[in-house]
Amino acid sequence: MELENLQREDVLMSTRLAAGGRLLNRGKSVRFEFNGKHLRGFDGDTLASALLANDQMLMGRSFKYHRPRGLVASGAEEPNGLVNLGKGGRFEPNARVTTTELFDGLTATSQNHWPSLDFDVGVVNNYAARFLPAGFYYKTFIQPRAAWKHVFEPFIRQSAGLGKAPKDRDVDTYEHFYAFVDVLIVGGGIAGLQAAKTAGASGAKVLLIEQTGHWGGRAPVDGAVIDGKSADDWINNTLDLLDKMENVQVRSRLMGAGIYDHGYALAHERLTDHAPSDDMPRHRLWRIRAKQIITATGAIERPLSFAGNDIPGVMLASAVRDYVVNYGVSAGDRTVVVTNNDDAYRTAIALKGAGLDVPLILDARASGGGALAEEAAALGIRIANGKAIASVKGGKRVTGVQVCAQAGEGAVLEEIACDAIAMSGGWSPVVHLWSHCGGKLIWDDAHAHFRPDADRAPTGADGEPFVSVTGGADGAMSFSGALANADETARHVSKRIGRKAKKATPPNADDVEMAPLAPVWKMPQGAGIKLRSKMWLDYQNDVKVSDVQLAAQEGFESVEHTKRYTTLGMATDQGKLSNINGLAVLADSLNEEIPQVGTTTFRPPYTPISMGSIAGEATGERFQPLRRTPLHDWHAGNGAYWEPVGHWRRPYCFQRSGESVEDAVQREVKATRDSLGLLDASTLGKIIVKGPDAGKFLDMLYTNMMSTLKPGRCRYGLMCSENGFLMDDGVVARIDEDTWLCHTTTGGADHIHAHMEEWLQTEWWDWQVFTANVTEQYAQIAVVGPNARNLLEKLGGMDVSADALPFMAWADGQIGGFDVRAYRISFSGELSYEIAVPASQGRAFWDALLEAGAEWQVTPYGTEALHIMRAEKGFIMIGDETDGTVIPQDLGLDWALSKKKNDYLGKRAQQRSHMADPDRWKLVGLETLDGSVLPDGAYATADGTNANGQRNTQGRVTSTYHSPTLGRGIAMGLVLNGPDRIGEVIDFPKTDGSIVKAKIVNPVFYDPEGEKQNV
Amino acid sequence: MSEVQGLLRSDGFVAVRQLPLRGMITVKGDLSATALKNVATGLSGVDFPGPRECNCVGDNGIAWMAPDEILLMVTHATIPDAMAKVAATLQGQHYLAADVSDARTIFELEGAGVREVIAKLAPVDLAPDVFPPSAFRRTRLGQVPAAFWLKDNQTAELICFRSVTQYVFDILTHAARANTQVSYF
Repeated sequence: MELENLQREDVLMSTRLAAGGRLLNRGKSVRFEFNGKHLRGFDGDTLASALLANDQMLMGRSFKYHRPRGLVASGAEEPNGLVNLGKGGRFEPNARVTTTELFDGLTATSQNHWPSLDFDVGVVNNYAARFLPAGFYYKTFIQPRAAWKHVFEPFIRQSAGLGKAPKDRDVDTYEHFYAFVDVLIVGGGIAGLQAAKTAGASGAKVLLIEQTGHWGGRAPVDGAVIDGKSADDWINNTLDLLDKMENVQVRSRLMGAGIYDHGYALAHERLTDHAPSDDMPRHRLWRIRAKQIITATGAIERPLSFAGNDIPGVMLASAVRDYVVNYGVSAGDRTVVVTNNDDAYRTAIALKGAGLDVPLILDARASGGGALAEEAAALGIRIANGKAIASVKGGKRVTGVQVCAQAGEGAVLEEIACDAIAMSGGWSPVVHLWSHCGGKLIWDDAHAHFRPDADRAPTGADGEPFVSVTGGADGAMSFSGALANADETARHVSKRIGRKAKKATPPNADDVEMAPLAPVWKMPQGAGIKLRSKMWLDYQNDVKVSDVQLAAQEGFESVEHTKRYTTLGMATDQGKLSNINGLAVLADSLNEEIPQVGTTTFRPPYTPISMGSIAGEATGERFQPLRRTPLHDWHAGNGAYWEPVGHWRRPYCFQRSGESVEDAVQREVKATRDSLGLLDASTLGKIIVKGPDAGKFLDMLYTNMMSTLKPGRCRYGLMCSENGFLMDDGVVARIDEDTWLCHTTTGGADHIHAHMEEWLQTEWWDWQVFTANVTEQYAQIAVVGPNARNLLEKLGGMDVSADALPFMAWADGQIGGFDVRAYRISFSGELSYEIAVPASQGRAFWDALLEAGAEWQVTPYGTEALHIMRAEKGFIMIGDETDGTVIPQDLGLDWALSKKKNDYLGKRAQQRSHMADPDRWKLVGLETLDGSVLPDGAYATADGTNANGQRNTQGRVTSTYHSPTLGRGIAMGLVLNGPDRIGEVIDFPKTDGSIVKAKIVNPVFYDPEGEKQNV
Repeated sequence: MSEVQGLLRSDGFVAVRQLPLRGMITVKGDLSATALKNVATGLSGVDFPGPRECNCVGDNGIAWMAPDEILLMVTHATIPDAMAKVAATLQGQHYLAADVSDARTIFELEGAGVREVIAKLAPVDLAPDVFPPSAFRRTRLGQVPAAFWLKDNQTAELICFRSVTQYVFDILTHAARANTQVSYF
């Protein structure tokens, strides 16, 4: 039997017809490659039509059972025709052959087969199907566990996967574009075109977008006659008309991907997929704001569920018709049509017209079809009413059908040889975009589909609808109905945005009379389990009618749960074909009505969009903004080992040739302590706070008193959140009677400025305070070490003596000819000045300091030396000693909490019982007994275990370094009752199991009297 | 003493040019106060802008930044004088004036596609009827804050923070490279 089939398959052909193909340019041949085979197509082909023309019906293997799969559809709904496209930097998995336009040099390989497309080992799954039922993953994840690890997982890993991940960097470029329109119309079929014409006539700014490269949708294929003209003529006339309207833009290859709140829509433009180019962006993501959106997205034909409906050669009736009419390609020589509606007769008529054989039309309706059926009968096509497919014959290709009565259980009445089957289960409106932003659906019994419920549309900020739907997407299933509907919708939408579309008669189209559709959810009606186990619902994820029924039996009543349990509709096609059929089967199994079961949620994007388009320009050097200080170029040229600090890059240290990072850091600390160091402190935040209420404002913001600070003086301050936690610190300088300058941490500059503005704008809006963030106006350079004053005096200018500029004072003046503001502040414990100059002077000033400082071996130092020196002095660092859960009291900073003030942000929070708990861990210094460096973040253990059986802890390391000054490891940490336990030794286990013993000491390791900074 | 770094420049379908430093003063205060208006228009020689507008001729101009804030632009060398004039005029009133000249970089974008280059990066409606010359926006460009206005239908000036000069230049250059016109406006 199997052998016989194979022999017969050899002669079955899909092929290019001698004539026809309205989208083809037969004058231009195009070369391409599929699985290493060199093939030819025509300009205007899709990859799908070109493959079919080359008799390549087999496209890939199914995900779970590795069954052979061929084309089903001709558009975005295609579930099977997914390929690896391109090579190297242009490699892309899961490319849909039906939406991939053919170009010269295209290369594609099939996916999900091993070792080859024609011979696949995994097809054994086919016979193992009963071991992979619905919920397989859930069941085997639970038990037996050993079986999962040793049996299922290795097997599934080998066989699963849709496409390969790209290995090379994408060579293409991408970008975004922001567009603002009155009316966005998604879908360029006749309904979308008519809607654009009507809305455009109202004067509204209209953007009409179409996902393919062609306009008019299905109308030309289906032979529409509009206002006495052929569909193609009407479409071209309408496009000409729209082109003349300055307020209307039409764009093809631009897919409406998603609709979001506030009239926001995303659309994905494919610029070079059909003609690769190094110059142009490959994709452009349109970020559109529209006052009103019309979705004219048409409808998608549904498959029928009969046994063997996944065998290559079984296709949607509309797709079979598309390939003949649009591309001059036949799916087979002998095509059996099976349907529950009149539309599929169009396929039989088109095939006959192309000289192909249609041995039989199986119409599941006992009463048969209408006018189109009569036309088919007149062409001599045999029609069998009330009949169905019992089973499809064939393996890798359809070889025939077994016919049965739809009403029965599948007893075979006759067998017909054929090499293609065109099926139609009716049409489902594309409601995805309507649903993205909350539009609701209603069940339409007459057409057996869900369509948008205009009374429950997505609504905008004003509570009014901002999305409308028209044409086939609205369930308008005739040409004249779609056009009239489009005109009316566009008129209504124009009115919503305050415009008036002039009254005009919508175009008139000739409609054929259609007999009613009969819902058919499985074929035949009474199919037993054997047949149901061969009826595919979701081709890509291998979900069958029997799987959904099993899920229902096992108690999955919610459609959302059933979806996840069976994986129905969870593949890259998002269930475009399987959704309605699946939930109809579920409803039937639950003995409920379809509307009661409802649909799963439609989520953007409509079809997958490239990651590159989402990133837009943000790739490579443009991936993230990198903030550079005015001295950045000097650092880069002098061995800077960079550290990211927010978006800034700061030198961690400056490596000399042959020097390790650690050695560089140690050298920088020693040179600064011994003589003279320079630090680029430009990144520290600088915020001016000015106004009659500025002092009062700062007293609320900082825990200590800033209003009493004298002009010309500086004070270190702490800032807490309203929950009492320490969030920032820095030196505040009083500039004049009503002006302060607040220094923040590097990371805090923008955030603290925003924090200030929030309080000023929302809580203390009546206080007279202005703020300005002037962080980037200045290059700020710390001149640090015993020779700091010598250097500044050598450059000459302002008086920087201890008398004129004492510790914690500031002054304006000139140094070395530069206009400067000099702050006598120290974060290192050394004699130190921070000198601010305008940013444009920063580099010149830095160079002057380096040149003049040479005699004291002036040494630029980085952030790590800064950290070590502050830790030696016991100064805390926001982000090291604090982590959002630490309050100033934990850090022994009680001296900076004003007792005189009635209130400051965080004060009340710090009085809560947990905050005032004496058992909160507190800051201490830690000195290892062996002189080693404690691991960062290490925990100190305590006796016993907690409820989870873990060791109890009594403290943790917050900062830890090797101190070159002291020649051993030093650390700071938070320890239970720490300050009361000075001298005690506690244990810090390391990850290797060993234990480091550390003594609790005062956190100030260096110059506790402050004699060095105050000279 | 001039800035060490050279000025950046690229030429795509729109030319992107970094301009030399311009004097910029952030002035916060009561924008309806005559003294504030007078000192701003006196120093810049342009009309006081309405909301979301910028009037600018050469280096001199005023941009409306917020209901209580303007950006006053003058030639860089005259900053000390301008700051002194503002201080003298507004003395006794509640205001803030800060020299932010060195905190900013200013770019000029020139070419017929100038609107498109900006519309690739900023969520702003740049249609000619919505964004005519002298319209002004403080907004986002790529991933950083920026502000811009059109001098005419082919020329825009754009300011960003100094630290992200290279990033802004890079994304503008990318958006303006040849053959990437959207042909939308």
